[in-house]
Amino acid sequence: MYDFAYHKPATLSEAVALLADPDARPLSGGQTILPALKHRLDRPSALVDLSGIAELCGIRREGDRLVIGAMSRHGEIEGDATVKAAIPALARMAGNLGDTQVRNRGTMGGSLANNDPAADYPSAALALAATFVTSAGRRIGADDFFQGMFATALEPGELLTSIEFPIPEKAGYAKMRNPASRYVMAGVFVARGPEGVRVAVNGAGPGVFRQAEMEAALAADWSPEAVAGIRQDPDGLNGDIHGSAEYRAHLVTVMARRAVLDAG
Amino acid sequence: MPTVNLTVNGQPRSVEVEGRTLLVELLRERLRLTGTHVGCDTSQCGACVVHLDGESVKSCTLLAVQAEGGAVTTIEGLAAADGTLHPMQEAFREYHALQCGFCTPGMVMSAIDLVKKHPDGMSEHEIRDGLEGNLCRCTGYHNIVKAIAAAQEVIHGRRATLMPAEA
Repeated sequence: MYDFAYHKPATLSEAVALLADPDARPLSGGQTILPALKHRLDRPSALVDLSGIAELCGIRREGDRLVIGAMSRHGEIEGDATVKAAIPALARMAGNLGDTQVRNRGTMGGSLANNDPAADYPSAALALAATFVTSAGRRIGADDFFQGMFATALEPGELLTSIEFPIPEKAGYAKMRNPASRYVMAGVFVARGPEGVRVAVNGAGPGVFRQAEMEAALAADWSPEAVAGIRQDPDGLNGDIHGSAEYRAHLVTVMARRAVLDAG
Repeated sequence: MPTVNLTVNGQPRSVEVEGRTLLVELLRERLRLTGTHVGCDTSQCGACVVHLDGESVKSCTLLAVQAEGGAVTTIEGLAAADGTLHPMQEAFREYHALQCGFCTPGMVMSAIDLVKKHPDGMSEHEIRDGLEGNLCRCTGYHNIVKAIAAAQEVIHGRRATLMPAEA
């Protein structure tokens, strides 16, 4: 790892000022950026540790929305009574990603801002029609936030502060993990709520995407059978040594069925 | 260079580090606590697991400066001053839960956090799931799982002593 300056600001405005340096990088849980830095995949001038900023912490319910501070750690989300009551599928997702040690450090905001195609949260955020609140005072809808592999609508130096989830009537998630890396080969999150029926697919493509055909089928008939016959087009999906695009397309249908079962 | 102030196995420590110094490097190279191992460079193997403020973390994926003000426990800090092993260490010994021993410090530290997080006890399946972040290339995990199942009974006070392993 190349050396860098380390800063731990106490306020959001200090953090934003430090991140005005285009070579500085934010550090949330560190479970992605530190392995990357160890392999010298990046050479930041400074890391700005966000863990001392109270404004980024906390989980609360505000009316019909669940608000999760960007620095909430996976392990905290997994065990949080408010999350479990409002969106149990989201708590289950948080408890089933990475491993215990990653969940003790990694954060929801860090994962979403990174937008790894094989990460879990992007499909939940997209299917639940989450709103992303940022340090620039912007409120970005999930349909605009995710912009393909490792790309989001965040501007350089702009930080996620919280994520707001409209509370659904039903939500469920299922994924197939790579047996070695444990990253997602294909995952599907289904939700029925104030934003209608939404189905989002992670892991299978270069970025998270909605599956319109499954959304229409589930809007007409919310049952596992409704999606069991829908074939995902493999065109544009990821194909690599772990699985072909056709295999991942097949998994999308299987995971969609299981996600509806999970939602109940 | 930044100075990190932290507690390691109950002892206050103050160490000059670089921004990039990992917690595991501070422990092994500066404090000579070499019980914490490094088995990979991809944050997957779990040989480096220690406790930071009571929670298991991979010390290869944490900067030393991030542990500022924290309390770190390593494998060296588990046994009592008179050498009496922690119940988890004792269970690993009794159940022969190791062969080469390289992964053992991380396994023991993860297992203690796992047991603490499940006060009602864990099934074999839950123990195996909970060891997701720790790799062992010798044992096939069977005796590790048995050791943790036995240790949780002692740690939660449901048994006074370990149930002996079958001969």
